[in-house]
Amino acid sequence: MPKLTIDGIGIEVEAGTTILQAADMLGIEIPRFCYHERLAIAGNCRMCLVEVEKMPKPVASCAMPVGEGMVVRTNTPGVRKARQGVMEFLLINHPLDCPICDQGGECDLQDQAMAYGRDRGRYHEDKRAVADKEFGPLIETFMTRCIQCTRCVRFITEIAGVPELGALGRGEHMEIATYLNRAIDSELSGNLIDLCPVGALTNKPASYTYRSWELKKTESVDAMDGLGAAIRVDTRGNEVIRILPRANDAVNEEWLSDRSRFACDGLKHQRLDRCYIRQDGRLQPAAWPEALQAIAARLKGVPAARIAAIAGDQADCETLVAMKDLMASLGSPHLDCRQDGAKLETGVRASYLFNATIAGIEETDALLVVGSNPRKEAPVLNARIRKRWLKGGLTAAVVGPDGDFGFRHEWLGDGPATLAEIAAGRHPFFEVLKAARKPMLILGQGALARDDGAAVLGLARTLAETTGMVKDGWNGFSVLHTAAARVGGLDLGFVPGQGGRDVAGIVAGAAAGEIEAVFLLGADEVEMNALGSAFVVYLGSHGDAGAHRADVVLPGAAYTEKSATWVNTEGRVQRGRLAVFPPGEAKEDWKVVRALSGALGKPLPYDGLAQVRERLAAVNPVFATLGAAAPAGWGAFGGGGPVAGAPFVSPIDNFYMTDPISRASKTMAECTATFGATCGCNHQKTGTHG
Amino acid sequence: MSFLDRTARAFLLTELVQGLAMTLRYMFKPKVTINYPYEKGPLSPRFRGEHALRRYSNGEERCIACKLCEAVCPAQAITIEAEPRADGSRRARRYDLDMTKCIYCGLCQEACPVDAIVEGPNFEFATETRAELLYDKQRLLDNGDRWEAELAMRIAADAPYR
Repeated sequence: MPKLTIDGIGIEVEAGTTILQAADMLGIEIPRFCYHERLAIAGNCRMCLVEVEKMPKPVASCAMPVGEGMVVRTNTPGVRKARQGVMEFLLINHPLDCPICDQGGECDLQDQAMAYGRDRGRYHEDKRAVADKEFGPLIETFMTRCIQCTRCVRFITEIAGVPELGALGRGEHMEIATYLNRAIDSELSGNLIDLCPVGALTNKPASYTYRSWELKKTESVDAMDGLGAAIRVDTRGNEVIRILPRANDAVNEEWLSDRSRFACDGLKHQRLDRCYIRQDGRLQPAAWPEALQAIAARLKGVPAARIAAIAGDQADCETLVAMKDLMASLGSPHLDCRQDGAKLETGVRASYLFNATIAGIEETDALLVVGSNPRKEAPVLNARIRKRWLKGGLTAAVVGPDGDFGFRHEWLGDGPATLAEIAAGRHPFFEVLKAARKPMLILGQGALARDDGAAVLGLARTLAETTGMVKDGWNGFSVLHTAAARVGGLDLGFVPGQGGRDVAGIVAGAAAGEIEAVFLLGADEVEMNALGSAFVVYLGSHGDAGAHRADVVLPGAAYTEKSATWVNTEGRVQRGRLAVFPPGEAKEDWKVVRALSGALGKPLPYDGLAQVRERLAAVNPVFATLGAAAPAGWGAFGGGGPVAGAPFVSPIDNFYMTDPISRASKTMAECTATFGATCGCNHQKTGTHG
Repeated sequence: MSFLDRTARAFLLTELVQGLAMTLRYMFKPKVTINYPYEKGPLSPRFRGEHALRRYSNGEERCIACKLCEAVCPAQAITIEAEPRADGSRRARRYDLDMTKCIYCGLCQEACPVDAIVEGPNFEFATETRAELLYDKQRLLDNGDRWEAELAMRIAADAPYR
């Protein structure tokens, strides 16, 4: 452990730490452009120069490991002069078009030029200009502004695993470009915008529409996938302008998938902003009391056993608990939150959680992915697996859909037969898992949302138990969810009660006339045509499949418009905050359910958000602690019996359109057109492929 | 004695005469008032009157919707909405200036990086209704077109001191 002094303050750090990292620990600010704590060190911007005693010249602190007894000075006249010089060089070819640059106001170059630069330039010759590049529908490029820090190149190569960007040319002719001059085919490409310290890469959909200082920032939680990434919603007036990631090392580090980041324009289109009642086959606008009365009138005299409820993929826990209580007070057991028909059970909490936790991926040494395409289902989680793989010592294998996931893996087979073989110990990979210190199994929804899902779940449990995945301090059995509402729904027991029907049963019942009324809580993935003549009440934010089929439409709030709770795939209870108000007459969903319960003559016993949250904690104590992924107890779960031969398929075939919000988004439609529904996982091969 | 003195002054009207002498003196001095609507006093090139949005000599509007004037305006009288124009350049879709809020401090023209928003020499823009004082982009551009010669002259005159 070398000891050194920086600006007269002594510190002892681990060998291999750089001077810049040591200074960060002390809270001493050293300006930097190319250095980023989550990327490899490049040392090419030279902004972080410091003086080290006995060294003849200033050294780049980001690339200089500390040595025993080093004496570093970061604030001498020499250092200031060196920084001014570097800044002057950087600004020689920078266009200084800050007034029209979208980065203006939140630009590292702007800030550091103010803090460390000279107050005037001495360069009056012609500046360099670089042709803009085509990076696809998400990223706008102004390559003249680029200062060649290569953060984007390092991110896309190391973290995203799509080596499509590079620095071409040398010296003044150096340009950042895609090698094949085509759109960046990565689900994490939006992070390039955040990483770019200048305005060379900016947000194309929101281009020229905002300035950073006029946005209201609300810290919230993403509900577009099962990960629950920490996000910041930037709004102006009642409009969501952009969504940025927040740092949360336990979940998303500081990355965000493109769908979560860019689907926010879908919040402005296809919105339900008032109630509708179907009259003579057409949806007619109605006021709240009329709509609620229409539902009450229709349900009058309908026996409880003929009423059902299905929760969608973005439903929040407050709404789920209110709906569950309403169904209980009506006396109906037909409710389900597993819209895709996944054969998950609620008995053992560990059976449906990502028990290894996302941060835990970095500890595993043998990984089996079953029935999941993690790159499409959870790109940020996939980046974690890639990070683990890059560290070395990870043996990974895949059963189910194969593709370019960004980490090297062996493809073992495509269906449950292979899984059964491994679970029975008849496959070489069984020994790999058994020999591993911390083996891990990622079980995707593609393996569970099928008729033999319960048997597959049972096989997975057998495999986890026989290979020693479940032990003290480690549980490698990890279910990867694709819906933000799923774990919350299972935690709250939003599943069929005694004698109740699941989603398939409800749909079949509705088709056969045994179910007379169906409540859809933002559920759009149900087979709408199969609902027969059932009376359908749709509560949701967007005019999607559910609203088209509905007999009464109740307008609800999207995830940025309510203060609500979601549980991520790890079982982490997280709270989103209201960033903008719901449009028109739309209301927060749980309030609608509460009003509906009043209209039906069975008022729920809570009137305020605090009371609903008390009820949440009463139903399941996990809701009492926010932000923690508590280890869940192991137990017996899953079914036995034969498995079918059909191969596992990923539940997501188009990464850019999975839910009502992304389907309403123009940006996501452009992405679908550009990248196609297969999004990068089935690359068109070029001539250099082996 | 003082009684006699005072009485004599009162009867000889000395104060009146003194006062009228002053009046007489000013009758022959140059006049300082002007016949306002027909005559006007000189204005400094820095006079801050009615606002205008200027154009380049090729007719292209200068404003690039950087919103610095909106940000700096202490009275929050300016509202701008930006958008990419069809040719890809950044332009203001909306540039509203509430002249009833404006305090004529001139910070907007100080902030403007392209000399687009300026306060011109015109101070005679009284209106009969309040609504007429809510200027939009077209009104401001029209002002610019109307006053351009004078605006350019004023900026040139002030340039050496900037």
